[in-house]
Amino acid sequence: MQKSKIGLDFQKVEHARGAAKKIADEVQEFVGNYTTVAVERTICRLLGIDGIDANEVPLPNVVVDELKSKGVLGNGVMFFMGNAIVETGKSPQEIAEAITAGKLDITQLPMHKAEEIKAALQPYIDATIEKIRTRRQRREKYIETIGEGTKPYLYIIVATGNIYEDVIQAQAGARQGADIIAVIRTTGQSLLDYVPYGATTEGFGGTFATQENFRIMRKALDEVGEEVGRYIRLCNYCSGLCMPEIAAMGALEGLDVMLNDALYGILFRDINMQRTLIDQYFSRIINGFAGVIINTGEDNYLTTADAYEEAHTVLASDLINEQLAFAAGLPEEQMGLGHAFEMDPQLENGFLYELAQAQMLREIFPKAPLKYMPPTKFMTGNIFRGHIQDALFNIIGQWTSQGLQLLGMPTEAIHTPFMSDRYLSIENAKYIFNNMKNIGDEVEFKEDGIIRNRAKEVLNNASDLLDKMVGEGLFSSLEKGIFGNVKRPRNGGKGLDGVTLKTENYFNPFVDLMKGKK
Amino acid sequence: MSEGLYSMEAKDYDKTLDLTKIKPYGDTMNDGKVQLSFTLPVPEGDEAIEAAKQLLRKMGMENPLVVYTKQLTEGFTFFNCYGSLQHTVDYTTIHVPKVESNKMEMHECDEYIRENIGRKLVMVGASTGTDAHTVGIDAIMNMKGYAGHYGLERYDMIEAYNLGSQVPNEEFIAKAVELKADALLVSQTVTQKDVHIKNMTELVEMLEAEGLRDKVILVCGGPRISHELAKELGYDAGFGMNTYADDVASFVAEEFVKRGWK
Repeated sequence: MQKSKIGLDFQKVEHARGAAKKIADEVQEFVGNYTTVAVERTICRLLGIDGIDANEVPLPNVVVDELKSKGVLGNGVMFFMGNAIVETGKSPQEIAEAITAGKLDITQLPMHKAEEIKAALQPYIDATIEKIRTRRQRREKYIETIGEGTKPYLYIIVATGNIYEDVIQAQAGARQGADIIAVIRTTGQSLLDYVPYGATTEGFGGTFATQENFRIMRKALDEVGEEVGRYIRLCNYCSGLCMPEIAAMGALEGLDVMLNDALYGILFRDINMQRTLIDQYFSRIINGFAGVIINTGEDNYLTTADAYEEAHTVLASDLINEQLAFAAGLPEEQMGLGHAFEMDPQLENGFLYELAQAQMLREIFPKAPLKYMPPTKFMTGNIFRGHIQDALFNIIGQWTSQGLQLLGMPTEAIHTPFMSDRYLSIENAKYIFNNMKNIGDEVEFKEDGIIRNRAKEVLNNASDLLDKMVGEGLFSSLEKGIFGNVKRPRNGGKGLDGVTLKTENYFNPFVDLMKGKK
Repeated sequence: MSEGLYSMEAKDYDKTLDLTKIKPYGDTMNDGKVQLSFTLPVPEGDEAIEAAKQLLRKMGMENPLVVYTKQLTEGFTFFNCYGSLQHTVDYTTIHVPKVESNKMEMHECDEYIRENIGRKLVMVGASTGTDAHTVGIDAIMNMKGYAGHYGLERYDMIEAYNLGSQVPNEEFIAKAVELKADALLVSQTVTQKDVHIKNMTELVEMLEAEGLRDKVILVCGGPRISHELAKELGYDAGFGMNTYADDVASFVAEEFVKRGWK
């Protein structure tokens, strides 16, 4: 039995985890029968289809829209693409170009035998698997040779809108001590049902996630990583209507961390729940295979709901996210389950409650590189107090061995960070991490004290909530506004028309080749 | 120890407060003390410090003092500085346009609506356009409110609808018509490249095109929004930093009565 510093009842933890598994299993049963336009576009990309047409529509969209408009998407892209390879002897890219040019209708070709179709696809599938595997090994080799920062990893964001300006900011951040650079996406990208193409220099509040931008930033971080003698991880956002496509692009270009929450898009971007739950499954399979750490977005619940009262929803959601990730073959070591330091700074003993919750999550998910989010909701124009709020947050990060410490900026409430804001924040964290390095090893918490009681209360409430949800199911729980006080109808939101029931012809070999594998 | 603690600087200026000529206050009236920090795109060193001092003088600062420098990355230096500002402004002639309403707390406001209007006011709010931030609209509308100010959902006499974030203007208007909104609340958090101005202007134009503009009370809010900006863009009021649900509710209720609407 694991020893707890806060007197956690591990039987209760196992009970809650069991309930979360039942909830996830039910979702998984649903997910298995469906595919989406995003999943099929991802398969296109994994077969090597890339580029855009004269109207800047990505070729994966052209191919998938063609199948969708003919009402045959349920057979899957693999089925038609494989058959077209057999029939024409062309590559998937050449076939996509022919479809784009209006010279080929892959739904009207004579059908070949299933074995032939699968054999024709195999070289393209193998090439992609090998490419992603090589990418993963490249990261592992870097970490072995030049090393990496110690946990909690210092995680900063860049958000200029211009990828070339982002590079300057990111390299500066790495030199100052950052371990992870997240390139915030432009406002609204999560609602685009395609991934833009090429290097981009215009964005609002962030920079477009494109494969070329991934490539540019990866190269810049490798350069600066070699210079500072630390592998610098790159993070982007695998959420929204293109969730699995971004995962595929990240896997191909060597991204290390991806925001990849099963529920976030449903709650905070009003994306249809069926669509997101299907998409997250394939995206997590890819992330798992590519060795990418996923981050979940529970912190967001606490920006809309109260951080003290709703703390148990964070734990409940972390447990569900964990089970959905297991179902996609993602190992615990890649689960950056989320939580946040968001209580009102005026709350008496707020620090103690935050500490209790962080320690509780640490013990419930001992192997996960937990993602700890800084104060945002109660950050104000008082940057001086804000810097202290961030300091308290950093103390807990070090004390409870969080995995990814998303650095808070004193100017959080004012603007996207200046270069100097990042420096001040990194200095803040490094000072505290070093000065309090082993505090967690030294301190246990008092029997029946505020901290132990808080952890117990949150665990009990989370467990009760999960028990209730087992009866309801995830879909109707979300309809009732169980997380973040946000209610979403099962058939509402964006992207439902991209969901299709699979036919008996459907196959996607990437699932078996990637799921739970390295 | 820096010279700041035991300043030997002669203080031979007039130390009486004159509201027609105010300047910053450090620890002595009219000392003009200002602290500021910034980054220059040059390498750290004596030349960088001199450049910072020259900038401070150009800003109107006497005795510019660079107390800290740090090279952030190659070719970029961060500065913490102090100086004594020479500029003054005439406080007595300042006029700032403000939302003119008597702020009532929740129960007062409910009572005011009950007595003067006699039915619930319908308020529809959203973070519109591409803006994904719900922080602002939630602070105003959610039951719980923010910083001790209850949100509009808690008001007995307000029927509040929070449409959330990234609501396109067309959808916002359609929903307002469907719900028979008395007031529309637009929240804008992202202001990079003035995206909020374009979006807020678009909403006004669309409301005018559909002949709805003078049938609703239209207000906006966000950390970078001022009442002045709001009026300029054709809104009835704008709510910036440090304003809460009660500010919004009071304004809408009074404005509704002022217009003689039922």
